[in-house]
Amino acid sequence: MSDTTQNGSVLAADGTPLKRSLARALRRQKIRALLLIAPLLLFVMLTFIMPIGDMLFRSVENDIVSKTLPRTVVALRDWDANSGEAPGEEVFTALAADLQIAAEAKLHTRVGSRLNYETPGISSLFRKAGRKVKKWDVENDGPFKEQFLEIHKGWGDPDVWRTIQTYSPKFTNGYFLNAADLQKGADGPEWRPEDEQIYWLLFKRTMFMSMVITISCIVLAYPVAWILANLPARSANLLMILVLLPFWTSLLVRTSAWKVMLQQQGVINETLVWLGLVADDARLVMINNQFGTIVAMTHILLPFMILPMYSVMQTIQPTYLRAAKSLGATNWTAFWRVYFPQSIPGIGAGSILVFILSIGYYITPELVGGTKGVFISNRIAFHISSSLNWGLAAALGAILLAVVLVLYWAYDKIVGIDNVKLG
Amino acid sequence: MADASNHDAFVEFERVQKSYDGENLVVKDLNLSMPKGEFLTMLGPSGSGKTTCLMMLAGFETATHGDIRLGGTSINNIPPHKRGIGMVFQNYALFPHMTIAENLSFPLEVRKLGKSEREEKVMRALDMVEMGAFGGRRPAQLSGGQQQRIALARALVFEPELVLMDEPLGALDKQLREKMQFEITHLAHRLGITVVYVTHDQTEALTMSDRVAVFEDGRIQQLAPPDKLYEEPQNSFVAQFIGENNTLEGVVKEINDGVALVQLDNGDLIDAKPINVSQPGERTRVSIRPERVEFNKDRMPEGAHTLKAEVMEFIYMGDIFRTRLRVAGKDDFFVKTRNAPDQVRLTPGQEIEIGWLAEDCRALDA
Ligand SMILES: Nc1ncnc2c1ncn2[C@@H]1O[C@H](COP(=O)(O)OP(=O)(O)OP(=O)(O)O)[C@@H](O)[C@H]1O
Ligand SMILES: [Mg+2]
Repeated sequence: MSDTTQNGSVLAADGTPLKRSLARALRRQKIRALLLIAPLLLFVMLTFIMPIGDMLFRSVENDIVSKTLPRTVVALRDWDANSGEAPGEEVFTALAADLQIAAEAKLHTRVGSRLNYETPGISSLFRKAGRKVKKWDVENDGPFKEQFLEIHKGWGDPDVWRTIQTYSPKFTNGYFLNAADLQKGADGPEWRPEDEQIYWLLFKRTMFMSMVITISCIVLAYPVAWILANLPARSANLLMILVLLPFWTSLLVRTSAWKVMLQQQGVINETLVWLGLVADDARLVMINNQFGTIVAMTHILLPFMILPMYSVMQTIQPTYLRAAKSLGATNWTAFWRVYFPQSIPGIGAGSILVFILSIGYYITPELVGGTKGVFISNRIAFHISSSLNWGLAAALGAILLAVVLVLYWAYDKIVGIDNVKLG
Repeated sequence: MADASNHDAFVEFERVQKSYDGENLVVKDLNLSMPKGEFLTMLGPSGSGKTTCLMMLAGFETATHGDIRLGGTSINNIPPHKRGIGMVFQNYALFPHMTIAENLSFPLEVRKLGKSEREEKVMRALDMVEMGAFGGRRPAQLSGGQQQRIALARALVFEPELVLMDEPLGALDKQLREKMQFEITHLAHRLGITVVYVTHDQTEALTMSDRVAVFEDGRIQQLAPPDKLYEEPQNSFVAQFIGENNTLEGVVKEINDGVALVQLDNGDLIDAKPINVSQPGERTRVSIRPERVEFNKDRMPEGAHTLKAEVMEFIYMGDIFRTRLRVAGKDDFFVKTRNAPDQVRLTPGQEIEIGWLAEDCRALDA
């Protein structure tokens, strides 16, 4: 039973507005549903959300300087970086005290390498100074400025001190500036020198190549998915195994296979030369460049495009095509106006999968990309495992995440995310 | 009625056969001829080949053998989109990504009609099925009956002369079904279109059609107007399939002056009209409609044959009474009587005499 009050809202049987009692009824359901998925939610939180949170935190975190050199940081606060002179004696006194403690705990080299990311050469200053400072008596051996300069005249360089001062706050945008090919200049962010710019180029290349890979996947996957969806179940299953077969072989094996195919002494080049289509001294360069990366990655990511397309196409009943034809549409019109629009959710889902996977891909570009075909993730991997600049790696990762989210948002605006169907 | 050699036949099937797998014939020797404007229903049990016939006519399946003609020309080699046949599918097949108006305008667009003409025709078609206000909705936002009407409007909007409907009312409830049955026949007659309608609901077939083709096992068992089909079934399948029917089995003793004397399996003798029995000694199945059986001595027709019967059950059904009897050793013999003020209500256990006219009792194939 329902009733309508004067202002038009509908009342439930007990007199409360229908909207509110509906909301109450739904809330109970929602809580129950939430409790049911609580373990999963917890798992996702622990294994997924927290690492991402940690990464985002690392990309701005910078407490190593203020923690290891607390007195120096305080003493340096009043120093004017634009004065063109090294700071005064009190700063060096503080530094001596800080460094002695740090050197005992063997922490001085870590500050050194942290600051070395920003101004190359600093780490050796810290290493040398640390060794000497251990033997000093901080109370009585002053003044220290001269002694520091004796250890290394770099301690008199205002740029070194500017770096220490700039990176003394607990949080920094330095990693992000770095990741965008910028640096902290005397007055705000400025571009790095032309020859040091690399990330901007890598981001652009990653986007562009992921786009190309996605498009080639769409072009290749659509007919395959169509055949799969329209074949009788038995043969479709057989074909499906062929599609899934690549999943059963190691990624490395597949990528190496492409090396064999594409290299200059490889199968394709040999065949072309044998056919006389390519001169022996003008063999095609198809590996260790962008072409090789695109070919190998399209191959590897193709199943991720085929599967969602297939599952969407399977739900499109053949009667729609028949209906279109009975209404007078030619085969092409029936496909283009009736079948294709209904398969778009599959294309959307596949594209999002492939694009996001390829944007973060690492192994294949590393193996077949050469220098021209590497992605931003290869750079991230380098910073994580070789240069150990985790903050920069985190900042690059955060930027990548932001780009993906922006693209996702744009996709939602243009195509509509409810138009994405995985099955 | 028209037969296969009729010259003004609009739709013709001539000796059509169809096999999907090269082993079994799904349609065996189909001959059918329809004049323009006829409403013909294909009626038959599941799997009897009705949809297959429709698909061959629409061009989605090719006949394995034989000729299908439309307006005198063979259409075996004309692709579906050039046949100009409207079609209502069993599941409606409304395009889910288009609005109702776009669905209706689709056949007009592919025919390259101008925008204003399209809009006008779409509006007219929507009004015709009383769905004028729904043009902007998506098919998923309509009820089953509404979708059905849209499917009908879409099949009619490009003014085809022939419309095929494959169990279009299968998914609807009884009331809506009856309403739509009326609306479809009404529309078809008003527009003068030729309709081939498929159903396995016999009431639907009888109430809607000019003629009904009863399908069984890939063959037309009987092709006749509804009243003839009901009253003069040509074989025992049709008699069984259409309406309620009592059967008694026996052997033909003799045939004289168009009356067959049949000895039932328990030894009783009855008169029957020979339909497809011709010689004494043949086994036969005698069929009598329940409403043609009389047990009231005062109303018993002149010269009726009588049999002894025992009342097993009396079923009150409102407008009629259904009484189950044991006759000639079988206890599934039904009598239907009208609920009239002077009607006798039989009680179980009662012994009565039942009788009928010889021409209501048809001796068919066994
Ligand atoms: N595409 C096909 N491939 C193989 N056999 C088929 C195919 N379509 C139908 N058949 C077979 O042909 C026979 C007739 O099918 P059809 O669909 O014409 O029956 P129907 O009379 O329409 O039945 P229903 O009332 O259940 O719709 C069935 O035995 C069916 O199994
Ligand atoms: Mg059917």
